[in-house]
Amino acid sequence: MTDPLAFLKDLISAPGLSGYEDPASKIIEEKWRPLVHEISRGKLGSLHGLRHGTGPAPRPSVMVATHMDAIGLMVTGITEGFLRVTQVGGIDPRVLPGTPVMVHPTGAGGNSPIPGTVAQPSAALLPEDERDGPVGLNRLLVDTGLLPRQVAERVRVGDLVSFAQPPVELTGETLSGHSLDNRASVAALTICLEQLQSKIHTWDVWAVATSQEEVGLLGAIGSTFEIHPTIAIVVDVTWAKGPGTSDWKAFPLGKGPTIAMGANMHPVLYTRIKELADQLEIPYTLEYSPSYSGTDAGATQVAAEGIPTLVLGIPLRYMHTPVELVAIKDIQRAGRLLAEFIAGLGPDFMEKIVWD
Amino acid sequence: MKPLIKKLTETFSPSGYESAIRDVIRLEVEPLADEIRTDALGNLLVRKGEKGKNGRRIMLAAHMDEIGLIATHIDANGFVRFTGIGGIRPHTLVGGRVHFANGAQGVVASESADFLATKMPASSEYFIDVGATSLKDCPVKVGDVAAFTRPFLDLGGRLVAKSMDDRIGCVVLIETLRSLKSTPHELVFAFTTQEEVGTRGAGTSAFGIDPEIGLAVDVTLTGDTPKSKPMAVSLGQGPAIKVKDTGMLADPRVVAWMCSTAEKRGIPYQREVLDGGSTDARAIQMTRSGVPAGCISIPCRYVHSPSEMVDYQDVQNAVKLMVALLSAPVNW
Amino acid sequence: MPTIGTQQIKLLERLCNAVAVSGDEGEVRRIVLDEIKGHAGEIRVDALGNVLAIKQGSGRKRLRVMLSAHMDEVGFMLVTDEGEGLFRFESIGGIDVRQLPGKAVLIGKEHVPGVIGARPIHLTSAEERKQKVSLEAMRIDTGPGNSKVKPGDRATFATRFQRNGPSLMAKALDDRLGVVTLIELVKHAPPEIDLLAAFTVQEEIGTRGAKVAAYAFHPDLGIAVDATPAYDLPMWDGAENSSYNTRVGLGPAIYVADNLTLSDPRLVRWLTETGDALKIPYQFRQPGGGGTDAGAIHRAQAGVPSVSVSVPHRYSHTAISIARLEDWKNSVALLQSALARLTPELLAGERA
Repeated sequence: MTDPLAFLKDLISAPGLSGYEDPASKIIEEKWRPLVHEISRGKLGSLHGLRHGTGPAPRPSVMVATHMDAIGLMVTGITEGFLRVTQVGGIDPRVLPGTPVMVHPTGAGGNSPIPGTVAQPSAALLPEDERDGPVGLNRLLVDTGLLPRQVAERVRVGDLVSFAQPPVELTGETLSGHSLDNRASVAALTICLEQLQSKIHTWDVWAVATSQEEVGLLGAIGSTFEIHPTIAIVVDVTWAKGPGTSDWKAFPLGKGPTIAMGANMHPVLYTRIKELADQLEIPYTLEYSPSYSGTDAGATQVAAEGIPTLVLGIPLRYMHTPVELVAIKDIQRAGRLLAEFIAGLGPDFMEKIVWD
Repeated sequence: MKPLIKKLTETFSPSGYESAIRDVIRLEVEPLADEIRTDALGNLLVRKGEKGKNGRRIMLAAHMDEIGLIATHIDANGFVRFTGIGGIRPHTLVGGRVHFANGAQGVVASESADFLATKMPASSEYFIDVGATSLKDCPVKVGDVAAFTRPFLDLGGRLVAKSMDDRIGCVVLIETLRSLKSTPHELVFAFTTQEEVGTRGAGTSAFGIDPEIGLAVDVTLTGDTPKSKPMAVSLGQGPAIKVKDTGMLADPRVVAWMCSTAEKRGIPYQREVLDGGSTDARAIQMTRSGVPAGCISIPCRYVHSPSEMVDYQDVQNAVKLMVALLSAPVNW
Repeated sequence: MPTIGTQQIKLLERLCNAVAVSGDEGEVRRIVLDEIKGHAGEIRVDALGNVLAIKQGSGRKRLRVMLSAHMDEVGFMLVTDEGEGLFRFESIGGIDVRQLPGKAVLIGKEHVPGVIGARPIHLTSAEERKQKVSLEAMRIDTGPGNSKVKPGDRATFATRFQRNGPSLMAKALDDRLGVVTLIELVKHAPPEIDLLAAFTVQEEIGTRGAKVAAYAFHPDLGIAVDATPAYDLPMWDGAENSSYNTRVGLGPAIYVADNLTLSDPRLVRWLTETGDALKIPYQFRQPGGGGTDAGAIHRAQAGVPSVSVSVPHRYSHTAISIARLEDWKNSVALLQSALARLTPELLAGERA
């Protein structure tokens, strides 16, 4: 699958909000089955795929974590057929008015998804001091076009509402859509698994699609504790340079993944993967992460007695909107770098992972 | 149940200083326990039942601690400056009465409280007047802790007290333990400490218990008072089954299990999404490899004020639901 | 008995003058390893860079006591090279941005000097001077020539340690004071306990080192040895200062409650009884605010009774902090004496 486009479009077209990742994890599981020796689930819904290494037992292990959950909305109440919602994960309410969404009802009246839109009530319907500026999430409503009676039969408090923007291919081999944070990284990990088919690796490889990253790194906390890997590699999207995003926290789109350094990452792992990327002439950008990385690495590094952690980033524009944008080449490069790094892990690797 | 609710809510025990409430609860549960112990952070843990073929190890949690105040400075005239333990809402303080662990009592006042004051005082402007006249004769010292003083009030269908959050949850667990005739599960009833300052007791006790499922019982807000923030939970409509709060997404399997059990037994319930606040279930969920967790919430008005109000039938139905859940195998 | 004499003050000087920001504690780690070599049974460096050392006691049943002092300090990371020796930077840990303009810094292992400049007053307006200078507007200037400095390098204030009368003046007294204290306790560990020493990393960005260290040690009790602010200057209007946190000169500060931990009351009593019995001065830190490694330690595994003891110091997290030598000496004395009279009976009952 050196071209991840079809898989990725499929994956981001499935819902899979934090805590309710089943629709996404099913697609990933199907893709990973032929690529791993064992498939299992973590206690909080993460998907674990294990590839045995060829080294003698007990073998060290590397866990590669990519979160599969997506942000979205949840119904908090129903008023005259309109749905009041709250966020699942961080959403800037200013991107919501007019956004196409899909309601996933669990009421008695039938479970097929209901399309809808996010409605911004007109000025006269809002308090006077809220009429001019952006309308807060607590005032926005989801309108499905159904009659109030129909809504009452089908929709319940707690039902999920996902983005419904279809994926769009743009020029320069880029893809735009929702949930590319972090399904783009899942695709990169999948490419890595495919490449490992034709490589020898002595270490065990745990491919983990974590749950609930967007609401507190829950899947990573549980899965890292359960798997207890020797080292952890987290792949998450990072900010790409673009309109309104141009400073040192943002990286060029299409110039390769980022390799991050800072308090959340082990400096020796960082140096090793950087050297490997140079050797293989895989383009990358250095990412400076002074304190907290904002990724599953926040959890993996401090699990149990501490796990040396590495973070790779896939540059992405318009993060946490329905039109996130990635370069397919960056995904492929990240996948390849992962595979090469894993294949290069030898039995004495950990002896070098020491602090100066 | 009402005498028990009165006894528990009138007990003094702010976060970190739970000995008094632990002793009260221990008296109630010790005769019912297969095993009882206290852990390093003061959590009271009661084991009941053996894990059978279709059973799980289930941790039930309700927190014993209440919000309170802690003295930070005694000034030259014997006035006591303080900071909060847990989420103290300043506008519920003024004119209120508090009492300290050592028996001292006082009234909360504020600096800018002239007779016609209309503005809310800033947090730093509050102090407690214990009736002292100087630093020397003040019975309170820096570090002493205080809780609200309010008697329990029975309005018939509705009950009012301070620390309904979460003594009412403790009552539900005690009554569940009392009413439970048999269970296929190994149950650990955890009366936790330090929830109000960050679910600290629940996290550590869960690590020690290592449960397969975690259920908390705590209060939740309502949307049924004049011009309140919209919320689809009201007093008297049954216990609330939590789907989400600010700190946690309840495990969908636990939510479904609770809802289907309630429906089967004809127990009224409400589905809850809470915007603001979290519970011990969050800490349990994050323990070790992760624990599927959920929460039964008692709808409560005026939370974190000296007069929190619950509906008595909601409490009774919460006990019914809990007993129903724990009497049978889990359906997933 | 550990004493704070010339040697220890010299050690403190070396440590305060080092550049060791959260996530990059190597310079302090090397000094610590060198100092405790041969004084503890097991010494290792874990996955995050914590130095973990175990000194077994001897004799009757002993408590396993974890003491933690953090090696990291607040500081900066250079993030962009703008050419001509100018670098944008980010702060690491809590630093008041108003403390930065016009300061000298040292960068990286080589201690390359730089300065954080500011616009000349002549070119500013009165309006502008009413605003804080933002971090985004500041640059570290290493001079227009070539230096080996690059983005990713960490930097600290350039302050050099000094003694002045009764006081110590340096950067990073938080928590190099604790580091020296812990080194001395390791060297002179009382045999009544098993001493589990954790020289931790990343305390300033969330007590991350202590979290994994406490998991690995799972001790019977935990003590954070830190430095805490003293806001004991006069009020602007001469009124009574009721928010001083601690006061310099009144001895080590025992914590009852901060934002992260409600200390185990049994441990607070143990420390105060020690102080009273041996006439070692101490004070109570005002409840509320802040946090120490105890925040992570007490929540490790199934819970660990914990407390913190800190040396008061003024101007925490700024270029020049000031502490009293006497307070430091008394904190070492309090800890050593308390540990020597520690028995398992202290934790035999319930937390109360």
